[in-house]
Amino acid sequence: MTDQIKTNHASSYKVLRSTPASRIGTVLGLILFLLLLSFPAWGDRATIHLFVEIFYILALAQMWNLLAGYGGLVSVGQQAFVGLGGYMLFILTINYGVGAIWAIPLAGFISALISLPVAFLVFRLRGHYFAIGTWVVAEVFLLGFAQIHSLGGGSGKSLPISIIKSISEYRAGRDSAVYWTALFVAVATIAIVYLLLRSRHGLALTAIRDSEEASNSLGVDNFRAKLLVYIFAAFGTGAIGALIFLTKLRISPSAAFDINWTTTVIFIVVIGGIGTIEGPIIGTIIYFLLREPLSDFGTWYLILLGATAVIVMLKAPQGIWGIISQHFDIRLFPIQRRLELKQDD
Amino acid sequence: MIEWANTIIQGILTGGLYAMFAAGLAIIFGVMRLVNITHGDLIVLAAFISMVVIETTGLNPFLSLIVVLPIMFIVGYVLQRGILNFTLGDDLLPPLLVTFGLSIIIQNVLLEVFSADSQRLKAGALETASIQLTDGLSIGVFPLIIFMTALGMIICLQQLFNRTRLGRAFRATSDDATTAQLMGINHKHIFGLAMGLALVLVGIAGVLMAVRSNFDPSIGPARLLYAFEAVIMGGLGSLWGTLIGGIILGVAQNIGAKIDPGWQILAGHVAFLIVLVFRPNGLFPRTRDD
Repeated sequence: MTDQIKTNHASSYKVLRSTPASRIGTVLGLILFLLLLSFPAWGDRATIHLFVEIFYILALAQMWNLLAGYGGLVSVGQQAFVGLGGYMLFILTINYGVGAIWAIPLAGFISALISLPVAFLVFRLRGHYFAIGTWVVAEVFLLGFAQIHSLGGGSGKSLPISIIKSISEYRAGRDSAVYWTALFVAVATIAIVYLLLRSRHGLALTAIRDSEEASNSLGVDNFRAKLLVYIFAAFGTGAIGALIFLTKLRISPSAAFDINWTTTVIFIVVIGGIGTIEGPIIGTIIYFLLREPLSDFGTWYLILLGATAVIVMLKAPQGIWGIISQHFDIRLFPIQRRLELKQDD
Repeated sequence: MIEWANTIIQGILTGGLYAMFAAGLAIIFGVMRLVNITHGDLIVLAAFISMVVIETTGLNPFLSLIVVLPIMFIVGYVLQRGILNFTLGDDLLPPLLVTFGLSIIIQNVLLEVFSADSQRLKAGALETASIQLTDGLSIGVFPLIIFMTALGMIICLQQLFNRTRLGRAFRATSDDATTAQLMGINHKHIFGLAMGLALVLVGIAGVLMAVRSNFDPSIGPARLLYAFEAVIMGGLGSLWGTLIGGIILGVAQNIGAKIDPGWQILAGHVAFLIVLVFRPNGLFPRTRDD
């Protein structure tokens, strides 16, 4: 993790990326990962299911954060790709005999393909109107899939038992397989976003996030960078959608293209801290901590979550992680390069 | 043939309602450069306020506007000065996410207070009255009232913006809030007034909608999308454009519904996407969205 890009003895400075916190974080992260990996061996069934949900919500939050926090593309229509991925899982497994687990990346790939014509439409709208435009597209998908009778129309469809059994004959085996897939998706999403942001493209995205005009004047092709992010987010969101409906075993247009997929994720990212990798993680933890005790209160819990997001946006737009990292100078996922000067040498 | 003529006329009249939804959104965007995601939920809120007024005073829906509109104006002014003014700036994210959060809050508070039951305001015989044009072709009196109200609303707004001191202040603040401030205009107050005015339009639209069709706390977002589509199709900055946009949407929905009931709303969205492909700045663009 010590990522020393360049040392120069003559002028005695170092360009560093890793921080002590990130090194400790990596070790702790690895331990946590091994613990989570072994969880199906010793955890109970309900908790395994809860963890699966935590993993896919976290992955979804990372994707939205990449899109809005880094790409500046505030979409309220990502449920279009959640639903699309979900339906692709059903079509690929039922009609084309693809294995349920393999259908997940394939669903992501198809979502990415479909995101191209969608981008052609919604990229014509700027700023706020882009947001509502993506929502219209999601509604079109919802109403469109409700018209496809082979997919059960408006009432939806269940995944046949034969496909569920093809993952594993036993319930415990299926639970573990889905759990590990979800864990893999969550970790892979974080890793890919992290690596993407550290790459050349990430530098371009960070520049766009900070100032579109300035990045453009420095030779960044804003449109191309944003398009790539949009397609990549569609890939990730579609794959996560397939995973979600593999756990739910039943799909209907109103569940698949539910705006709540995006609402939840927006609240998580805003409260945790938009434009950071740590933010969605913190936001997801807070979301589930709030949800477990408050789920009996139904709507009040949504009102509370909405109010918290509004207050955070007004009073501390950098979110909880933003406050923490400012006060303590901690970065678990170091993306920025830091210059360290030496006195001697 | 006469059936299709009927479908199109109904569509045009429905378009009047959508134009009313859109006018408020267009003013908010025109003056504050703010897209209010709460718009649809505020339409529903107005309908529920009217319902409460009718239940407590026994007024008819039209007279309930005497109470509903001042309330909506105050809600708008307070909302703008208390919350939304703090989100304005170069960053797009805060206004979008704050209005998105408010939308969820309003929806769920309405759900908690009024339940998910479908409601409707009653206007007596007026609801079903119709005028016979020719054999087999008649138009409803109430849809016609809605359409005429939309027309009147747009004419009044046009006059307000072009001929009054307030309208001039709106335009000046919209062009350049800082310079307007140097000329002695308190832009925060002007923004508050603009939101108040927009919510008065929302109030009228909400009450008329509630007489015409059923409503419940969850229908707000769909009204936001209709308003948005009418604004974009008409062209940003053009009030008459919003009327045309609303009419296109209404006609498309009615034609869709005639082919297959499941196609009604989908056809409206598809019409919007087609306009977006061929005329991304709308049919009658006035200002450019920068």
